[in-house]
Amino acid sequence: MTYVKNRLRRTMMFVPGNNPAMIKDCGIYGADSIMLDLEDSVSLTEKDAARMLVYEAIKTVDFGGSEIVVRVNGQDTPFYDEDVKAMVKAGVDVIRLPKTESAAMIQKLVKDIEHWEDEFGIEKGTIGVMAAIESAKGVLHAPEIAESTPLMMGLAVSGEDYTADMHTHRYPDGRELEFARNMVLQAARSADVYAFDTVFSNMKDTEGFYRETNYIHELGYDGKSLVNPRQIAMVNKVFNPTKEEIENAQNVENAIREAKAKGSGVISMNGKMVDKPVVEKATRVLQTAKASNLIDEEGNYIGE
Amino acid sequence: MEIKTTGVAGTLESSDIQIMVSKGNNGIEIDLDSEVKKAYGDEIEKVITDTLTKYGLTDCKVKATDKGALDCVIKARTLAAAQRATETSEKPDLEVL
Amino acid sequence: MENNVKRQLPDDLMNELNLKAYETTDIGHPVEQRVAPKVRVTTGQDKVVDSLEQVIKDNLKDGMTISFHHHFRNGDFAFNKVMDLIIKLGYKDLTLAPSSLTGVMNDKIIEAIKKGVITNITSSGMRGSLGDFVSHGGLKNPVIFRSHGNRARSIEEGEIKIDVAFLGVPISDPAGNANGQEGDAVFGSLGYALMDAQYANKVVLLTDNIVPYPNTPASIKQDQVDYVVKVDKIGDPDKIGSGATRFTKDPKELKIAQMVNQVIVNSPYFKEDFSFQTGSGGAALAVTRYLRQAMIDKGITASFAVGGITKPTTDLLEEGLVRKVMDVQDFDKGAAASMAKNRDQQEIDASWYADPHNKGAVVNNLDVSILSALQIDTDFNVNVMTGSDGVIRGAVGGHQDSAAGAKMTIITAPLVRGRNATVVPSVETVVTPGESIDVLITERGIAINPKRKDLIDALSNVPGLNIVSIEDLQKMAEKQVGKPKKLEYTDRTVALVEYRDGTVIDAIKQVKD
Repeated sequence: MTYVKNRLRRTMMFVPGNNPAMIKDCGIYGADSIMLDLEDSVSLTEKDAARMLVYEAIKTVDFGGSEIVVRVNGQDTPFYDEDVKAMVKAGVDVIRLPKTESAAMIQKLVKDIEHWEDEFGIEKGTIGVMAAIESAKGVLHAPEIAESTPLMMGLAVSGEDYTADMHTHRYPDGRELEFARNMVLQAARSADVYAFDTVFSNMKDTEGFYRETNYIHELGYDGKSLVNPRQIAMVNKVFNPTKEEIENAQNVENAIREAKAKGSGVISMNGKMVDKPVVEKATRVLQTAKASNLIDEEGNYIGE
Repeated sequence: MEIKTTGVAGTLESSDIQIMVSKGNNGIEIDLDSEVKKAYGDEIEKVITDTLTKYGLTDCKVKATDKGALDCVIKARTLAAAQRATETSEKPDLEVL
Repeated sequence: MENNVKRQLPDDLMNELNLKAYETTDIGHPVEQRVAPKVRVTTGQDKVVDSLEQVIKDNLKDGMTISFHHHFRNGDFAFNKVMDLIIKLGYKDLTLAPSSLTGVMNDKIIEAIKKGVITNITSSGMRGSLGDFVSHGGLKNPVIFRSHGNRARSIEEGEIKIDVAFLGVPISDPAGNANGQEGDAVFGSLGYALMDAQYANKVVLLTDNIVPYPNTPASIKQDQVDYVVKVDKIGDPDKIGSGATRFTKDPKELKIAQMVNQVIVNSPYFKEDFSFQTGSGGAALAVTRYLRQAMIDKGITASFAVGGITKPTTDLLEEGLVRKVMDVQDFDKGAAASMAKNRDQQEIDASWYADPHNKGAVVNNLDVSILSALQIDTDFNVNVMTGSDGVIRGAVGGHQDSAAGAKMTIITAPLVRGRNATVVPSVETVVTPGESIDVLITERGIAINPKRKDLIDALSNVPGLNIVSIEDLQKMAEKQVGKPKKLEYTDRTVALVEYRDGTVIDAIKQVKD
């Protein structure tokens, strides 16, 4: 497995790191990323056992093409060093650092990863990092964190700890997260890394889940953290481009092809120049459309 | 590697295996309880033995209660139990992995 | 001898029992002579009796064949009441020929076998302690496992001659007009018991609810019944079927159910007036739910659903999405209650449902059947009878019949269960031949029987369906769980599994421990 900077990351499914039954099957649901957790879902007395389990699982389990992220324990815990060491040796795609509050913390993580890469003779740059932003400090430092390393994959808002730090808690309307969501997203976009929204844990409130997912999709988030495989299809549905968006993206793609055929460096469509963000958006739309089976091999629209 | 205490790892949940490693003086002795003992008993014991041997343990008693664990889980639980029995959990020897 | 699914059958037993080896799923057009029961003529004035013991004494002799139905499932009180007396009276060498056996009967049967009361058994299946007992050689003569359709056929053709049928019912009148729909212990359709009522020499009804003559609708009719025995309680309503049907929350089952739905919707059979059969497992109920949505979305209604019926299916009937329900048994209270109020929920007997030797059974009109498997092999042969340890723990049920009849038979199964592979190189016991299986759906991929080129064409380019070869699925499973050691059996045959036409498809050996 190797870290790929740019790929589809609509869904990041959390899987408790000490649960063999869940780890064994988590690859069948088509999550874009799977986050094996060594932190909050593992009790203090099982940290060592979960670390070994996740290590062996990464080596052998078929995760069905999902990107494998491991959330290690925080740098203020005695488990952090061994977690990072074991995950580097296992060959994980991305290491997620919880409670990130500064660029220095990420730079330490990268340095630690590099140390173990040297130790185990692993090629450098094959493991990406991501930061979980879980405090007021983290939110305010989001821009420097996002830009702290070329290996930065993305930033994730973690709503539970953040709201506690802000002397509040989660509310259905999400107003308590407004600033954090926008700040983290701005930081991520500005540094050209991914942005992930926090989990929504009430499985019974389907309507609330859609409301929140629609909202963060509108804001511009790349994806959402999930606690249950049943949420994958729901997120994908929200992130699905419309037929018009797909057709527009295909027109952009055609324009690129024409420009290439002509050997022209300038891409134009309907007499107007096509800018880089538009090209990138078209690529994202078509990638999502393909992953969600909205277009067939020839690019014909086959969605509902 | 020396066994200092009895080390237990793993649960009795489905797809897991609970491994208990304790002092012994007669090679690696395994007492295995498994629903798939007929089909996989030999394989399970081999994974446990190989893993312990690699971790430098040659004499110990192992009580294994298997609930249909895959080899990677057996290996992970055996390692965790061995690390706990040798009191090396904080700085486990990853070279053996 | 070896049969056409490459299974070694014991020559001595085959000759002794005058059985033929399985050849093909093709039934052809044989002309069969049916048998008729003996009838003791009466005007029917004094059928109601209090003493079950007297009825047994007056009608049962050593060596006879007795039968029961399993519609009460684990809420059955009839079986143990009758068997207690039979054991107490010291009968010997009886053949037990129920429609199937449920867990609540196990202890009593083991006791009866140990005391020489029961020396032969034919059933759809057995589970738990009884399966374990038989697999370890507890019964001298081999059990004969028959599908529901095959049991109907065997009764009609005299291979099973029932001397006395003991049939529990929740309601009857004094003349024996009975059904399964009213009273305390209702279970809905009496489908399997109707064969016994029609063909047994003596028919004894047991009920805790005798109502004034005439009781209608009458599923079992007065002209078939010799005795109506009043008992204090015939069954435990809470254990007959699951109370409220709960949809599975298991994400793996839901994923499989979604794939099943996609396969059906993209098959040539999903059109107005299609028909289907689903089972009762978690995934099957979820399939019904997804299918409902697909039918609404596409504006399609089904002509009928058949088989063991659950509430999600009768809900479709009430919604008008399914026109008729052909009902041989009901798995939950909702489906049972629905039979009493919906005239489009037709009670059918086992012959009408699934018999291969009649003039056309419902399964022959079936488009899509969704069945389960304990194991399936790379020849698509299915095992629903023995576990991966070789021990009997299942039932043929309607599996062979529905698979043979349906135009598209889908098997759903997780690729592995615990550390046991479900997709294997060769199943422990062949119950349903791969010739009658079309599609296998697992959470890791879908395999289509290579002989169904039409389905391969129809489904291969459906986005999101991961179509692979069954060999690939088998390898995937083996990669996860490893290669199991071959199970060891003794030479002794403990059971024979018949195909629906009465030929022998496999022999089950005693396990070595």
